[in-house]
Amino acid sequence: MLEVTSTRHNLHIDPVLTVWSWEIPLYLFIGGIVAGMMVLGGLALLRLARGEDTRRYFSMQTPLLAFMLLNIGMLALMLDLTHRLYAWRIFTTFQYTSPMAWGSWLLIIVYGVLLVSALIRLPDAWPWLSRKLPVLHKLSDAIVGRPQWIAVLGWANLVLGIGLGIYTGILLNTMVARPLWNSAILGPLFLVSGLSAGVATMHIAASLLQGRAAPQGMVGGAFSALLQPMGPQHPEKDTAHALLRYDQMFLVAELVFIAILLINLHTSSASHAAAAALITSGPYAAAFWGVVVIAGVALPLVWQALELAHKVKHTVAPALLVLAGGFTLRWIMVSAGQMSEIVPVLSMAP
Amino acid sequence: MPRFAMVIDTRKCVGCQDCVVACQTENDVPQGYCRDWIATEVRGSFPQLSMEIRTERCNHCDNPPCVSCCPTGASHVEDFGHTVQVIANKCIGCKACIAACPYDARYVHPDGYVDKCTFCLHRVKEGKDPACVSVCPTHCMYFGDLDDPKSAIHTLLATRRHHTLLPEAGTKPRIFYLT
Repeated sequence: MLEVTSTRHNLHIDPVLTVWSWEIPLYLFIGGIVAGMMVLGGLALLRLARGEDTRRYFSMQTPLLAFMLLNIGMLALMLDLTHRLYAWRIFTTFQYTSPMAWGSWLLIIVYGVLLVSALIRLPDAWPWLSRKLPVLHKLSDAIVGRPQWIAVLGWANLVLGIGLGIYTGILLNTMVARPLWNSAILGPLFLVSGLSAGVATMHIAASLLQGRAAPQGMVGGAFSALLQPMGPQHPEKDTAHALLRYDQMFLVAELVFIAILLINLHTSSASHAAAAALITSGPYAAAFWGVVVIAGVALPLVWQALELAHKVKHTVAPALLVLAGGFTLRWIMVSAGQMSEIVPVLSMAP
Repeated sequence: MPRFAMVIDTRKCVGCQDCVVACQTENDVPQGYCRDWIATEVRGSFPQLSMEIRTERCNHCDNPPCVSCCPTGASHVEDFGHTVQVIANKCIGCKACIAACPYDARYVHPDGYVDKCTFCLHRVKEGKDPACVSVCPTHCMYFGDLDDPKSAIHTLLATRRHHTLLPEAGTKPRIFYLT
């Protein structure tokens, strides 16, 4: 038997590491949604560049919605910083070995691309703003009139979206000290989970204003801009179904990646197996199996399959479940990850 | 340039915590926190027992994960002595270094920045030993240059059995425990 006692008693370090609370999971979750929306928005932009009329696609409105969501994520990130008056220090240097530095610079580019992408639909979405600032209208016309610019924006959204989605996983992945995070599948897992959550967010946004006229004015206009994918019009049935079909694909991929993560950890060292046990049979097992795997992935998968087969009525309930599962996945990975630790080889001696 | 390291004789350490108090006094460590601490490892079952008492702190690793993950360069390897240090007004309090450290040697100072053992570099620059080393009543701690073949720590590591903490983490720690 081995018993180790320590006199250390630092706040949020002992008895288990709890330096990251709800802020980082929320930031990773919203980062994932934004990444997913950028990928789908990018695909819509590429179709627009090819000459298709994509105004009816929900994804055409995603840059603006993604931009606003990202601000909430960044607010959560700022709340997590404990020395936040010095946050600007990140942008006076580039530490290439730090994933967080890469992520911070990536987010600056993401902000820029989202804003330029949002310009395409801004005159329709925010008529009051383009009346006040006619230059925005001119910029919008300049972009819309040049398919090659739209194609560049489409690719930028696509590539940055995939990069952002993977980054949210890689951020944790690089920390050797926490075995639960030491699987490279975490990046792709967070990406597909983000894609799925991005589709769910668009789905919910599309359903909220269904059949209602878009409000006017500064506040009402801003609100409708968020949900404008349909504006006064209904989303077309086939577009809603296209979203569902995308989501089915992402949910299946998520299930596969979760399985790979668990297999990967269980077949690695004792430290990794112990870390995996935290979520499969330990204190996080109920939330992991119940909320993430069953309620967040399996149930929406079956439910949406039935919706696609016209067996049940179409609702936003599966989308809400996907969002709940997506946040819980990140919360579990961040919390249980901090709890996981390297098991000393010497402690395994009889 | 020296490469500072510490050698701790676990056969002499009695866990009196003098080093802990000396560090807190010397470095104005805020109340309720510690940069160094005592770990006691008991092995076996009664009456067949063995015990190792050791004083632990930041290992000033040769391959420090806290430095490579820092987005601002606040956590860095100081040229003097090749030690790991934190510049408070560059730290944003993201806590990535805390999550990256397998020894949990860091904490958030109540003022917001991340804090940890500095090997008392301010004392070492004046030619003194770190506070913890200088007060140890059993003289179980040795501080010196790992690259100097004439240093006491070099001789101890060449002649005594020793181990480091979590070598499997790949951090190449520079605090060695004689057994």
